[in-house]
Amino acid sequence: MPPLDPAILARRSEIVAALRAIVPGEGVIDDLDGMRPYECDALSAYRQMPLVVVLPETVAQVSAILRYCQDNKVKVVPRGAGTSLSGGSMPVGDAILLGLGKFNRVLEIDYPNRSARVQPGVTNLGISKAVEHEGFYYAPDPSSQIACSIGGNVAENSGGVHCLKYGLTTNNLLGIEMVLMTGEVVRLGGKHLDSEGYDLMGLMTGSEGLLGVVTEVTVRLLRKPSTARAVLLGFPTESGAADCVAAVIASGIIPGGMEMMDKDAVKCAEAYVGAGYPMDAEGLLIVELDGPSIEVDYLVDRVAEIARERGATTVRVSRDEQERVLFWAGRKAAFPAVGQITPDYMCLDGSVPRGRLVEVLAEMRQMSKKHGLRVVNVFHAGDGNLHPLILFDANDPDELRRAEEFGADILRLCVRVGGVLTGEHGVGIEKRDLMGEQFTEIDLDQQMRVKCAFDPDHLLNPGKVFPKLRRCAELGRLVVHQNKIPFPDIPRF
Amino acid sequence: MAGTIKPRDAKELRQAVEWALNESQTLDVRGQGSKLALGKPMMCDQVLDLSSISGIVDYAPEELVVTLRAGTPMREVEALLAQRNQMLAFEPPDLGPLLDQEAGQGTLVGAVMGNLAGPRRVSAGAARDHLLGFSGVNGRGEAFKSGGKVMKNVTGYDLSKLLAGSWGTLAVLDEVSVKVLPAPDQTRTLLLLGLPDEAAVKAMCAAMGSPHDVSGAAHVDGRTALRLEGVAPSVEARLKGLRHLLADAGATMEELGTLESRTFWRDVRDVAPLAGTQDAIIWKISCPPTKGPGIVAGIKAQRPSAKAFYDWSGGLIWLALPASADADHSIVRGALGSMGGHATLIRAAANVRAGVSVFHPQPTALAALASRVKESFDPKGLFNPGRMG
Repeated sequence: MPPLDPAILARRSEIVAALRAIVPGEGVIDDLDGMRPYECDALSAYRQMPLVVVLPETVAQVSAILRYCQDNKVKVVPRGAGTSLSGGSMPVGDAILLGLGKFNRVLEIDYPNRSARVQPGVTNLGISKAVEHEGFYYAPDPSSQIACSIGGNVAENSGGVHCLKYGLTTNNLLGIEMVLMTGEVVRLGGKHLDSEGYDLMGLMTGSEGLLGVVTEVTVRLLRKPSTARAVLLGFPTESGAADCVAAVIASGIIPGGMEMMDKDAVKCAEAYVGAGYPMDAEGLLIVELDGPSIEVDYLVDRVAEIARERGATTVRVSRDEQERVLFWAGRKAAFPAVGQITPDYMCLDGSVPRGRLVEVLAEMRQMSKKHGLRVVNVFHAGDGNLHPLILFDANDPDELRRAEEFGADILRLCVRVGGVLTGEHGVGIEKRDLMGEQFTEIDLDQQMRVKCAFDPDHLLNPGKVFPKLRRCAELGRLVVHQNKIPFPDIPRF
Repeated sequence: MAGTIKPRDAKELRQAVEWALNESQTLDVRGQGSKLALGKPMMCDQVLDLSSISGIVDYAPEELVVTLRAGTPMREVEALLAQRNQMLAFEPPDLGPLLDQEAGQGTLVGAVMGNLAGPRRVSAGAARDHLLGFSGVNGRGEAFKSGGKVMKNVTGYDLSKLLAGSWGTLAVLDEVSVKVLPAPDQTRTLLLLGLPDEAAVKAMCAAMGSPHDVSGAAHVDGRTALRLEGVAPSVEARLKGLRHLLADAGATMEELGTLESRTFWRDVRDVAPLAGTQDAIIWKISCPPTKGPGIVAGIKAQRPSAKAFYDWSGGLIWLALPASADADHSIVRGALGSMGGHATLIRAAANVRAGVSVFHPQPTALAALASRVKESFDPKGLFNPGRMG
C-alpha cells in the first residue's frame, strides 16, 4: 500500500469535525473499538484501521463528503457489506472509510417493467426476497448473496453459479445513480435499455470503487423458471468430467449452472453435509437445468446421455426440490468444508477457456508437488472460472510464502493459456501486483487515464487494482513529433 | 476531398494513427461505411478504411467465442456461425435498407460500435453484453487491449462496455472477441390481433414477466407478436401457456411457424415496417416499456401522420415522421419528458442531422464526464470528430 501521508494523519481531528458537520450523530465513528469491525473485508489476512469511518444516510451527505474529500485532498474508501474476497474495501490508514450500510431500502418495484430500484446497501438476496412472492428474482447469485450488498455487486461485477445462462451483474443492471469526487450526482440508464452516449454504467460495473460511489441501483427482475432439476455426474477421471462440460455446450445446451469438484473437494463436502456424492469419482459435475418442466425433462435426458457417452460412472437426477437442494448443498458448503481439513486456505479465481481445463488441472497438480502444498478444486466449469483452494497454515511463515507463490503461479498459468487473473472476485489488493502478467504498461496506462477522467487526484479507493500509480498530469502528457514521422508504407487512395 | 488510408494489419493501423496524430489529421473511421448516414455528419481530413484488416482469427464453437478482425463483414460471421448452429444472440439489425443502402452490408465491429441489438435484446442483451474483449489503437497512437476471450472476466476496467456504442470515437479496433450462443431449433410466434397500443403493451409485459421465456415482444400494425424459441416440445408447451395467460386480453390469436417467424422477426429487427416511408424522418426511442404508448400518443397529438411500431415489449419505439427541417426533435423529446429514456435520430437528411442533436442530449455533469472520458482515449479528437453530437 502507498505510504501514509503524515499531513493527513496530523489533520485527523479536523477531518473528523468536518465529517461530523456533514453527518450528525453516530454516523461518524472515530474510536478504535467502533472502527474495529471495519478493519478488513472478506480478505481477512489483510487488516488496517481506517482514518475514520463515516456512515451517511442521504445522497446529499455522500455528495458533501466526497466534495470535502476532493477539496481537501483526503482519500476515501467506499464499502458496501465488506464481503470482497480481493480486498476491494480494505481500509487505508490515511483514508476515510465511507460505509453505505444505511442505504438499505428497496425504493420501488415495478413488475410490468420488470425492474427494482434499490439503495446500494440492500443485500443481493434482499432483492430476490422482496419480489419472490410475485414469482420474480434477481439473477446474479454470488455465494455471499445473503450478506453482500448490491452496491458492492456493481463495484465488483459479481457473478455466481448461474451466470453462464443469466449473465453477471453488468448484464442485469438497468440504471445507477452515482456521486463523483466533485460531489456531482449523475444518473445513468433508468428503466429503459441502452442509453445513448458512452456506456458509463458498464464502465462503473466492476470498477472496484475507483471511479465513483453508487447511491442507487435499478436492476432487471426475472421471472423464476417454473422448474429446476440438478444432475449429478461422476467421472473416473477429471478429464472425462471436463470433456463432458465441453460436449454439453457444443450440443447447444446452456445449463442454468454447471459446476465441477475434484475428488478432494467431493470428499470434504461429503463429510461436511452428506449430499450423497459418489466417493469414487475423480471429477464430479453438478449440472442444473431450468425452464419449463417439459424442456427440463428433455434436457436432463440429453445431458445424461452425453455424460454416459463420456464415461460417467454416476448419473443421478434430482427427483424433487429437496434432492436438488441437497445436490447443491455440498457444492455450496465446499469452501467451509475444505476449511475443516486445513488451518487456512487461499481461494483463487482465474478464468480459462473451457478447452484448456484439463491441461490447467494437470499442471496445477505438478505445481502442487513443486510447492509442497495441496490444492483442492471447486469451480464454475461452465464458464471456465476456476476456484482452486490452496491449503496452508498461516502460522508457518514459510507455508504462507509458498502459498502466495503457488497462487501467483496458478494465475500466471491462467493468463498463459489465454485466460485472465480474475473471473468474479476482482483485483483489489490481492491480485494488484499480478496485473502486469495480463496487461502491458500501455494497457494499464489507458485504464489509469480513464480513472483520471473520474478522479484526477487518485483519492478514491487508493492502492487497489493498479500495481503502480502514475500521476494524471504525467499520464495526460502527449508528445507529438510534429512532421517527424513520415507516412508509413500503407495503401492510400 | 479526403484521402483514404487503408492499413492491412494491426501494425499498419497503429502507424497510420501515429501519423495522423503528428499531422493533426482527423480520421473518419469506417469498416464498410454502411452506417455513415447515422450520427452527426462529419468533416474529416482522412478516411481510415479498416476493410483490409479482415478475417476470422479463431472460432471454437464449444467455447462460445469467436475472435475476428475489425473489417470482417457481418455476413461472413453470420454464415460461419450458422454452419455450427450458433448465432450472435443480440440479433444485430441490418439497417441498410432503412438508410437507403443495400441489405447485407456492414461489419460486426460496426454493429458493436453502434451497440445495436434486435428484438432479442429483451432476453439476451445488446452488443455490449457480448463483446468480451478487443485490441486496438488509442488516439495517442498506442496499441492496447482490454478484456479477454473468456466468459467471466473482471480483471481491470471493462473498457469493452465503453467501446460498444462509442461510434468509433474512442479508439480504432483491430480485433474483437465476441460471445456467441447456440441457435434455437424452433421458433414460433403467437400473434394477438387488433389490440390497441395500451392493451398490446400490457399483454407484452405480462408475457415478458411470465415463466414462458419470451425472446421477442413487438406490436406492429395491430399485430402483437410474442416469440418463443427452443426445442420443439418446450416451444409447444410454452405456446399453450402463453395462450392461457393472455386469454383475457380479448384478442383473436394466431400462430406463425418457424419460417414465417424468422421473416417476421427479421422485418422487425431491420425496421422494415417503416423502411418504405420515403423521405420520412426516423426516430428510435428507448423508454420504460409501459411508457411507450403514452409517448407515441403525445407525439401523434402534434403530428397525426406519425407512424410507429413497438419492439422490446414496448420499450423500443420506431417512429416515422414527415420530413421537416428540424426533425421535430422538440416534439419527440418533449413527449419523452420526465418518463425516462432517450430518442435518437436514425434517419434524416445530412443538413437536418447537422442542425439537431442526433443523440439524446445529456445533463451538464454527465456530458462533462463523457468528454473527459473521450479525452482519456483520444486527447486530440482524431477519431470520428463530432459524430456523437
